[in-house]
Amino acid sequence: MSAHQLAFLVLGVLILVSALMVVTVRNLVHAALFLILCFAGVAGLYVLLQAEFLAVAQVLIYIGAITVLILFGIMLTRKITGGAQPPLASHWKAAGAGAGAFLLLLLYVAMTGQWQVSDQPPMDSTTTLGLALVTRYVLPFELASVVLLAALVGAVLLARDETR
Amino acid sequence: MPTLTTPIPANPAADWLPVAVFLVTAVLFAAVLLWIPRLIAPRHPTPDKARPYECGERVSGEFWQQIHIGYYLFALVFIIFDVEVVFLWPYVRVLGGRLIPQGLGLFVFFDLLLFVGILVVALVYAWRKGVLRWE
Repeated sequence: MSAHQLAFLVLGVLILVSALMVVTVRNLVHAALFLILCFAGVAGLYVLLQAEFLAVAQVLIYIGAITVLILFGIMLTRKITGGAQPPLASHWKAAGAGAGAFLLLLLYVAMTGQWQVSDQPPMDSTTTLGLALVTRYVLPFELASVVLLAALVGAVLLARDETR
Repeated sequence: MPTLTTPIPANPAADWLPVAVFLVTAVLFAAVLLWIPRLIAPRHPTPDKARPYECGERVSGEFWQQIHIGYYLFALVFIIFDVEVVFLWPYVRVLGGRLIPQGLGLFVFFDLLLFVGILVVALVYAWRKGVLRWE
């Protein structure tokens, strides 16, 4: 078994176990922490696929931003432990059937599809993207900054009045 | 400028093994350090000792409590600058690979200056609106 396969195996087990823990632990904060572990495993898969930029974005956006939002959502909620029902209690049969059907569909596509292996040498996605962003696509690059500015102004306007 | 958007070949020397070694070492380090006290430290638990430590005071109230909505703004400000880093990362990689085309150095420099400048405006706005003040 190559190091690549070993890494895939370890990451796969990590992702599956942590994802299972997310839906089975009773404490929502613990579920969110397991979600971080799951996201980290997916970032590792991106690294294995030589998608370096996706891996970094996964860490920054999913582990950084999304989990922080989820944790804040939990912490802003009243009574997160008292009387909480186990997360798997309702609809688990329907959810399991849906997930199982999707798994079968994915397996069917993966087994029957014609998968071509590219004969191109691997490309450095991050620097390619970076060079495009600062030269040809510099306007969208700067616009992203304006969008972030607008998001912050909107967030402050919406949330500030509630805090006073 | 078609040449500026053609893919750049990956660096074959790019190696993630140090990252994997670092992660495994970090996990082992934490696990071993938590495991050693279990082996050698004396354990005589009493109800008082098992209580969460609150500077010697008796614990009062629930541990999981609703936090104030005001903290949410800190999270939102964090997310804005978190997304900024996603855009800075490819830029830094271009700098690190010394890939900036000849004659475009100043242009690329002012690209980033403008990008960060706009976000500094956002930070100043949040600051002037009192978002950064701890109350």
